[in-house]
Parts: sequence; C-alpha cells; structure tokens
Amino acid sequence: MCGTDEAIFALILFSFRVFSVFRGQISFMQIPYLIEIIYLVASVLFIYGLKAMSHPTTARRGMNAAAVGMLMAIAGTLFHREIVSYEWIIVGLVIGSLIGAAMSIWMPMTAMPQRTALSHAFGALAATIVGIAEFYRYSGELGSFKMTAIGFEVLFGGITVTGSLIAFAKLQGLVRGTPVTYKGQNIVNISLFVAAVGIFVYLIFFPVGILFYVMVGMAFLFGVLLVLPIGAADMPVVMSLMNSYAGLASAATGFALNNKVLIIAGTLDGFSGLILSILMCRAMNRSITNVLFGAFGSAGTEATQIEGTMRETSVDDVAVQLAYARQVVFVPGYGMATAQAQHALRELADTLEKRGVSVKYAIHPVAGRMPGHMNVLLAEANVPYSLLYELEQVNPEMPTTDVAVVVGANDTVNPDARDNPKSAIAGMPIIEVDRATQVIVLKRGQGKGFSGIENPLFFKPNTAMLYGDAKDSLSKLAQAVQQA
Amino acid sequence: MDNETIISLLYVFALAAFLGYLVISKVPPLLHTPLMSATNAISGISVVGAIVLAGSQHDRVSTILGVIAVISATINVVGGFMITDRMLRMFQDKTGRKK
Repeated sequence: MCGTDEAIFALILFSFRVFSVFRGQISFMQIPYLIEIIYLVASVLFIYGLKAMSHPTTARRGMNAAAVGMLMAIAGTLFHREIVSYEWIIVGLVIGSLIGAAMSIWMPMTAMPQRTALSHAFGALAATIVGIAEFYRYSGELGSFKMTAIGFEVLFGGITVTGSLIAFAKLQGLVRGTPVTYKGQNIVNISLFVAAVGIFVYLIFFPVGILFYVMVGMAFLFGVLLVLPIGAADMPVVMSLMNSYAGLASAATGFALNNKVLIIAGTLDGFSGLILSILMCRAMNRSITNVLFGAFGSAGTEATQIEGTMRETSVDDVAVQLAYARQVVFVPGYGMATAQAQHALRELADTLEKRGVSVKYAIHPVAGRMPGHMNVLLAEANVPYSLLYELEQVNPEMPTTDVAVVVGANDTVNPDARDNPKSAIAGMPIIEVDRATQVIVLKRGQGKGFSGIENPLFFKPNTAMLYGDAKDSLSKLAQAVQQA
Repeated sequence: MDNETIISLLYVFALAAFLGYLVISKVPPLLHTPLMSATNAISGISVVGAIVLAGSQHDRVSTILGVIAVISATINVVGGFMITDRMLRMFQDKTGRKK
C-alpha cells in the first residue's frame, strides 16, 4: 500500500512540475492536442484495468493503473483553455476527495450495497448537472446532435439519481424493503415515460424553453416510481441496472462535450452494468421487464401445498452432525450479511477443517443485495476464494454432501423453483441443498423470506431448523464442535 | 459539431461497447462487487466535464452547478478507487492460500 501512495504522490508532484514547464514552453495552440493524448493514455489504462479484473491476482495492479489514468486525465484537464480560475475547482476536488475517502475508509463491508447505490447516485448527479449546465448555457444554439446527447444524459442521469437514492433508502432500511404497489401503477409509469420521450423528441427540433427542465423533473420522478415497487430480493438487478444507466449518462456526456475518454469510460461502465443485469436476471429466470414492472409475489402464482412440519433442532445435535461429517457445504444468503455472521462462519469452518471435514461454500449469483455480495463478505472474513463454489460447480456435489448448512438464505435454496411450475420463482436455478443427506437451516424466526414465498425446504424430513441470530448460533456451534 | 466529428464519436462508442462486452464477460462472479465499484470509479471521469464547467467562470449559475458536479464526481472517483482497492486487497491476500 505504501508503495502505491508514494508513487501517486510522486506523480502529483511530477504533474505540477510538468504544468509549470509547459506553461512557459509549449505554445498555446498545442495544448488541446496534448490533452487529447493524455486522455488517450487514460482510456488505455482504464481498459487495461478492467481487463486485469479477470483474475483476483492481477485485479489490484490493474486498478492502480486505472487510478493513475484517472489522475492523468484530471491533471490534463486543468490545462483546458476554457478554464480561467482554479479556486472553485480546487474547492470541489478537495471536498469530494475528503467525502469519498471517508466513505470508503469507514464504511463496513456489509454496507457495500448501500455505498454502491449512493455512488451511482453521485456519478449520475454529476452527469445530469453537466448536461443541465450545457443546456442552460447554449440553449437556442444547440445542434440536434448535441441536444440528443444532452437529452440522453439528463434522462439516464435523472432516473439513476433518484432511483439509486430509493435503492439506498431501501437497503439502509429507511424505506421498507417490500414492494410498494398501487392500482394502475404500470399505466402511470408508462405514461410518464412516454411523455418524457415525447418532450425529448420535441426538444431535439426546438431546443429551447422550460420544457427541458420539465423533462429533467420527469426523469427524477420516474426514477422514484421505477424503484419503489421493486422488492429487496430483486435488488441485485436494480443495482446492476443503475450501474449501467450511470455509465450511459457519462457516455452521453462525452457525446455532448465531444470528449472521447468520457465516451469510452462511460460505455465500459454502461456495458458492465448491462452484462451484470442480464446475468442476475438469468440467475432468477426472469426478464428485466418482469423485474421492473412485475412487482413480485402478485396474483397468478401458487405455492406448493406444504406437508409435514418444521423440525427444530439444537446446537449440540447440529455440532455432532457437523463434527462427524465428511463433507459440509455452507450456503450463505442476505441473512448472513444482516447478522454480520461471516467471521463466525469462517471460525466454524476452520474448526471443522481441523477435524478433517471437507468444507465448501456455495454462492448463488443473486445471494445478497448486489452481484458478488457474498464473495466480498467471505473474503473479508479471510475465507480463501478457492473454497467458494458457484452454483453449477456445487450442485453435482450435493448428493455426496453429508450436511448442508443454510445461513440466512431462502429463495436461492427453495426447491419449489425446481419442482413447482406454478411457483412465483419457477425455473430459477437453485442450490439444491435438499439433495444433501441432512440440511440445517439457520434462521431468525419462522417467518417467510423477503419475497414472501413459502419455502417447502423447511418442511422436508431431512431439514432441521436452528432458530436464533446466525452469528450467535455459529459461534456456539464452533465451540460445541471443538468439544465434540 | 460537424458530421465528421459525430461519426468519429459514434465509432468510438461502438468499439468501446464491443470491447466492454468482451472484457467484462471475462470477469468471474467472485469479483462482481469490486467490478461494479471499479466501473463506477472509472465513469467518475465525468469529473473532467465538471472541472471545465467549474473553472470557466461563464456565469454564476454555471460555476455553482460545476462545483456541485465536481464534488459528486470526485466522491465517486476517490471513494470508488479506494473501496475497490480495499476489496481487492482482501481477495489478493489469500491468493491460492491453502491451510
């Protein structure tokens, strides 16, 4: 870490040096080309950075390179000929850096989804404001191409700002996580959307007047209405989609300002979010339209007739089963994040491994509230990533697994998705814990999951429930296993 | 903007989209959260537009808008790169480590 800091500091010093030299020696005419070249290098570094993300061992180096690219781009921009005063720029950069650094240093890993939602809002806000300012300054003399770009910029940006803030409020528990629905909701949403698009088309031909600001307002409103009806369990899709929109807003800014590095960076972000949205939807066997407009758990679905009863078990019984198992698979879900149970889980797994039990972690793509949420929490608890298994890898192992332990997961292990075509989550790929010899479900209480769907897994004869706080239960289990 | 500029911008967009698709598809689900915060940090590049806006002293409204935009984009850039690094460090520390 130290080395990186020093390198960045040296680079800043160096840029100031270059800055003072260039002011004197390079002619004024050459500066725009110099900036373009710096942007080009920055673009290459961004692409290299994302390419390095294909493996955990190279990812960090790649991101350092991308950060250097960003620093270069910012330093280069300071030469821009339109800039006449630096005081407000410096004020903005310093305040932004302080807030950004504070957020990233003190934010607990479990709050990652909230932080990401907030940063989508900030990114989109910047793009939206730049768009509004462009319109404000040049309205009346805007060409149709530039107007189109600004329109996309404020539409994508506006939706993302408020949509992400609602997502943040839901994740933070400021707004209830259950879908907010009312009669005629889809009609209201669609009419608002059509009206905004209508204004947009009109503006392309007549880029003047108050209508532009009406459109911005509509985009803000649409963002709220779009995310309010979406349930907490669908958050991974919303997060990915907001990621994508924030990127596309940046790309549109690039079109409006004739700035290629903005287009490249924004498009990379936009497509990254889009790919993640598609992966998340596939992991739930749903389409994006269904997630956005099909407020979950509504009519037309039937749960399986539940047979049998939930069987409660005790810490001591589970400890014995775990201690004498050959293979144990842990299946974490959002409940593990809310209980902050990742460290306790790793301690239990370590204890088991010391006894010679083979331990694996099964990660469903939509477990948690954002893509990769569980992986990050387990990494924070020092679980080696070689023990983390994806859905397709772990399911074939389930029949030879002695004990599967579900830690705060629900829909991702619901056998109804596989067995009952009428279920609300029919066709969603699941981690087939019910095929293991014994299933232990750690759960706070007897209630349903976030989607409100009954889970037949809990009533199966090979399932036993261990009620209580997951962190507490796991710590007790670790102690009991040691004594077993 | 002349037509030639517009075409070249569209070229850049199309190629970046294709490249983005290829590069991002290779990222394993393990790193999806850091990927999201990384792309977020990178798209904070809109800070360059905000900087020009804040520094050009066109009029008071533009300057105020510019400062707000610089602040929010910088939060993303600095916060995004720092949190991504914090996460990637957790993954890197146990590279192939087996107990």
